[in-house]
Amino acid sequence: MTVTLSERQQATTRALAEHGAAPGALLPVLHAIQDALGYIPDDALDSIASHFNLSRADVHGVISFYHDFKHAPPARRVLRLCRAEACQSMGGAALEADLRKRLGLGPDEDVNRDGIAIEAAYCFGACACAPAAMLDGELHGRLDLETLTALARGEAELKA
Amino acid sequence: MSVITIYVPGDAGALAVGADAVATAIVAQAQARGTAIKLVRNGSRGMYWLEPLVEVEVAGRRHAYGPVKARDVAGLFEANFLNAGQHPLALGETENLAWLRNQERLTFQRVGVTDPLSLSDYQAHDGVSGLRAALAMAPADIIKAVTDSGLRGRGGAAFPTGIKWKTVAEAAGTQKYIVCNADEGDSGTFADRMLMEGDPLLLIEGMTIAGLAVGATQGYVYIRSEYPHAERAMRAAIEVATAGGFLGADILGSRRAFTLEVRRGAGAYICGEETSLLESIEGKRGQIRFKPPLPAHKGLFGQPTVVNNVLTLATVPVILAKGAQFYGEYGRGRSRGTQPFQLAGNVKQGGLIEKAFGLTLGELIFDWGGGSASGRPVRTAQVGGPLGAYLPPAHFDTPLDYESFAARKAMLGHGGVVVFDDTVDMAAMARFAMEFCAVESCGKCTPCRIGSVRGRELIEHIMAGREVTRNLATLHDLCDTMISASLCALGGMAPFPVLSALEHFPDDFVRAGRDAA
Repeated sequence: MTVTLSERQQATTRALAEHGAAPGALLPVLHAIQDALGYIPDDALDSIASHFNLSRADVHGVISFYHDFKHAPPARRVLRLCRAEACQSMGGAALEADLRKRLGLGPDEDVNRDGIAIEAAYCFGACACAPAAMLDGELHGRLDLETLTALARGEAELKA
Repeated sequence: MSVITIYVPGDAGALAVGADAVATAIVAQAQARGTAIKLVRNGSRGMYWLEPLVEVEVAGRRHAYGPVKARDVAGLFEANFLNAGQHPLALGETENLAWLRNQERLTFQRVGVTDPLSLSDYQAHDGVSGLRAALAMAPADIIKAVTDSGLRGRGGAAFPTGIKWKTVAEAAGTQKYIVCNADEGDSGTFADRMLMEGDPLLLIEGMTIAGLAVGATQGYVYIRSEYPHAERAMRAAIEVATAGGFLGADILGSRRAFTLEVRRGAGAYICGEETSLLESIEGKRGQIRFKPPLPAHKGLFGQPTVVNNVLTLATVPVILAKGAQFYGEYGRGRSRGTQPFQLAGNVKQGGLIEKAFGLTLGELIFDWGGGSASGRPVRTAQVGGPLGAYLPPAHFDTPLDYESFAARKAMLGHGGVVVFDDTVDMAAMARFAMEFCAVESCGKCTPCRIGSVRGRELIEHIMAGREVTRNLATLHDLCDTMISASLCALGGMAPFPVLSALEHFPDDFVRAGRDAA
């Protein structure tokens, strides 16, 4: 999925127009761009920087500080797996290892050849329903390998 | 015949286990049977092992069923659950459930009970009474009530709230701010999330009272991006409250103003540290600031700022409504009032338990939690998030209050308890503590930025059996340096889980080495 230059410019212009006026609005602007495009393209940096009277490096510094902000288009499907303690106490680490095997992902690989990515997250606040994961902003708890695999592959009637 | 009200939580934890599918099935069944129902998406009651928990209101009494799956719904209708009919999932009247009845819910009194976005429901359940009381009081009297109640910061640092407010009230500034720290990043904690999703108007009320007390007209709620449901609930509640006239330019006709804005975090644990959070709202990298100056003197945009946790602010209305004395009568020692404890991890009955300070950790884990979910022996519990100590069963008699935990080199923090059974590898948990610190360090100070990386390496060496004695000594040294020399609690407290694991579970480290050798 490629995003054209004009789509990128449009998203940036809209984000700056809608969110750029509030005090300290850089994060809301970056979120709006990423919500629209899935990432923050490098060619948006100049207009963001000039809007806020910052240097390009300043903006880059903010983007790179936060785990959420991506500088490249995301994988087709990104499964965010919680690695925090409560999920570990319910076997989260073993579950992730098994899922990686099923998806054909090595320990240091993030995206498999079908465009399914696993991303580490630290706590979704579903600690009493561990282990938990998030897919497209939807939270899933009490996960087992079957459900998790189905989620990752975008299969199956979930949670029914 | 009147329309029957059915409650299916819209809480993220309930959604995670299928609440939406249950709600959809209920609506479909009711339609197919030509029965008129009113569906309310309430907050969670906090009994997560019973989620999705469906409640049916019959003659003014609520009857609970759970945990309900979508495929159970047809059967529930068959069993006439709309008239509180019997069914294997029936739990009886919600109010009579011992788990709820034995709590002391002050901050969480409405969560799970009301429609989170209904102002009329909110007011019918004692909402807004704290704000009305505050509007009739002088700012100094509001602060006095908060001080007298003994309320301390629920985010973890337990600083007296009234003193913080007084400092801001007395500080000179052209524009003061109320900032709500909703960056609830600690594993095992979810009370802020539950409250924002289940009773968001309460947080708005608490922040408004804080604004009246210190003379701030603008507030920010900084919510972590991992909480999209809470963010949506807060944004919607701000609209509802503004439209209802209890937020905005003229609060309840008082000619006093308070406006609120939600800001979304971007996946940085460190932004739960108050000065990082302020930097982040200002649109900068979330790096911590040197203190002093305190945020109370120079906070957001250099102005005097109250930074309080969600639970702290959400507890203020009940104090104003019922009085400092009423609230202060709960608790023990210098830990006054109630704490919404969060029980999670490998535990049979996990969820939210609001109780006065003072019950013991063991009571929480066994009497409330019913022991481990796996059925295996409980080996340890980590209290207070990823920077909190691991306590062994020998310390489960520790009363849950700030001072008792400090006396055992542990901390209560935000009240989260994560239970582990006997399969846990404490060397691996210690390694994780350092690894997490390395991932989330803001990088400003060396002990945290470098120390956490070195700490993880050392634990890996120990686990691999390489020069165990020497590396253990170095690890202790390193922890000492991090504790003494880090700028904030991340580097300064990440050693606590490590040191507690070393102290209470030394065999895990030696065994790890022996296995590897």
